[in-house]
Amino acid sequence: MYSYSDFDEAFVRSRVAQFTHQVERRLDGSLTEDEFRPLRLMNGLYLQLHAYMLRVAIPYGTLNPRQMRQLALIAETWDKGYGHFTTRQNIQFNWPKLPDVPAILSALADVEMHAIQTSGNTVRNVTADHFAGAAADEVEDPRPYAELLRQWSTDHPEFQFLPRKFKIAITGAAQDRAVTAAHDIGLRIVRNAAGEVGFQVLVGGGLGRTPMIGMVVRDFLPVEDLLPYVEAVLSVYNTLGRRDNKYKARIKITLHETGRDEITRMIEARFAELRPLFGGNDQRLLADIRQAFAPPAFRNAPTDAYEAFRKADPVFRAWADTNLTAHKNDQYAIVTISVKEHGRTPGDATAEQMRVMADLAERYGHGDIRISHEQNVILPHVHKSDLPALHAVLLKAGLGTANVGLISDIIACPGMDYCALATARSIPVAEEIALRFKELDLEHEVGPMKIKISGCINACGHHHVGHIGILGLDRAGVENYQITLGGDGTETAAIGEKMGPGFAYDQVVPAIERLVRAYLDLRAEPAETFLMAVRRLGLDPFKAALYETEGAQDAA
Amino acid sequence: MSSRRFTPKVVTANRLREGDVVYLTADDRWSPFHHEAELIEDEAHGQLRLLHAAGQKLVVVGAYLADAKAGPNGPEPTHFREVFRTRGPSNYHHGKQADYAG
Repeated sequence: MYSYSDFDEAFVRSRVAQFTHQVERRLDGSLTEDEFRPLRLMNGLYLQLHAYMLRVAIPYGTLNPRQMRQLALIAETWDKGYGHFTTRQNIQFNWPKLPDVPAILSALADVEMHAIQTSGNTVRNVTADHFAGAAADEVEDPRPYAELLRQWSTDHPEFQFLPRKFKIAITGAAQDRAVTAAHDIGLRIVRNAAGEVGFQVLVGGGLGRTPMIGMVVRDFLPVEDLLPYVEAVLSVYNTLGRRDNKYKARIKITLHETGRDEITRMIEARFAELRPLFGGNDQRLLADIRQAFAPPAFRNAPTDAYEAFRKADPVFRAWADTNLTAHKNDQYAIVTISVKEHGRTPGDATAEQMRVMADLAERYGHGDIRISHEQNVILPHVHKSDLPALHAVLLKAGLGTANVGLISDIIACPGMDYCALATARSIPVAEEIALRFKELDLEHEVGPMKIKISGCINACGHHHVGHIGILGLDRAGVENYQITLGGDGTETAAIGEKMGPGFAYDQVVPAIERLVRAYLDLRAEPAETFLMAVRRLGLDPFKAALYETEGAQDAA
Repeated sequence: MSSRRFTPKVVTANRLREGDVVYLTADDRWSPFHHEAELIEDEAHGQLRLLHAAGQKLVVVGAYLADAKAGPNGPEPTHFREVFRTRGPSNYHHGKQADYAG
């Protein structure tokens, strides 16, 4: 993976020093909260419901074991012994104290990490396919481009005060695991008719209160045009984007208010100005970055023992069936470690679990760790012969849950258990759904299912693109949950459709159970997934199931 | 009864250094306990108490008036958000529910 250059190191250290002084000046009264707030947000420090929260960037979700161990150390030293992996491939610490934050940032800098641009109206952490460099269906590894974008966007003087935050996602595979259609800019690596590699560019996707699927503005952007083109998009947005109303400030609104043809014309005109200014240094830098992402030295060894173990051990087989993905080297597998044990907080890992994952990555995974936007941890390169031993260690650490892609593999934002913006809780709803379907022993029969829960309209929990989306709201001082159906965050992206009236907190799990039972009754065959059934049948039969017993229950 | 009757309030904020939720008492302390808060039943007095809180820049952050009601042991929150702030998150035994247990 990429290692900091002297420039990166000096930059991050100087930011730690600056923020250390800023904290000192806040604590001695030289800075007011109004003055300090934008400074702390530039360094990822929020004030939440019960405490401060520090959001640490994990660039395109990639970590090495040393970094993971440092996150464990931070969790133990300055927090409550755990960290929360987020839907933007970052990690959040929920309990830091303000005077300790400079020491935390310094500890992060020791392992080439920081919290810069994890907040504010800037280009946020560039997210990528968590299977990058390993997936069998990949055109090319997207991480070198993500790293190029990270370097270009970090502290970019023109883009530190955008109208609103700006999110870029990139995938190198046909199967979109990075939700590119729901980002301000989505980049999909494709080949043109001549076999050259480039990008399909989407602009104006986003969730939140006005969910939209991004529009394709370029079918094929040559690799060498990436930075000038992205800069052109941001430049046009920076000029046109609304600063009078934060709810209308994202580029998706700019695009719709300006019109796709006009904004495309403006982007292309700006691109024509910018393109000659990129003299090739970016491409030389990209060439260097590529070296850092060379594939590991794959081992060549028999996999018979894996096959035999798989046949002999049903617990291992169940895990292998759900948590492994095809690797481009067929002796290898991509391991998704579920951080979704039934009844536990989605995405939370203890310091001890972080160390176990770091050790496993070092011993069996060529030192590579990924965080997925689905709040799981990936070991992208594991030789199949090592899987039984790895699985045994995971089981002991509470990390062996065989549920990836199933109904208990739920995305949930922190919700009102932590977040100051939340209108309702989301974590306990996720916990209870997972426990209920474990109790029913139904999740493997139900098959692929993505439930996504947000605790407010800002949609950090991606509910709009959940097969079942759950949105927690405050209705007249009571938690109320609105359900959407048919959302999809992949290459066939779609925004879910709202059902009728919302459900009280204690009625959400029964409502989800009715939906799932209806699906099991309605599906044409077990291979027809929930999403396929919704698309074939439409929403009506599911809506009927969702509301059918409500009246009866009220009357009882 | 007037439809504009003032809903009783407490002044609440987070401690600057720790981030902990605190409540302004009638004798100008910051208490971690909601029931120790001063229950404010007059709008003008509420504004004065909020100004007093906002002036304590080295002690608290983000002071605001939150709806409350009188209870047997002192003021009680009325909105679920404020109830959560009195105890901490529901997924772990962390925050006030742990810090002041027993």
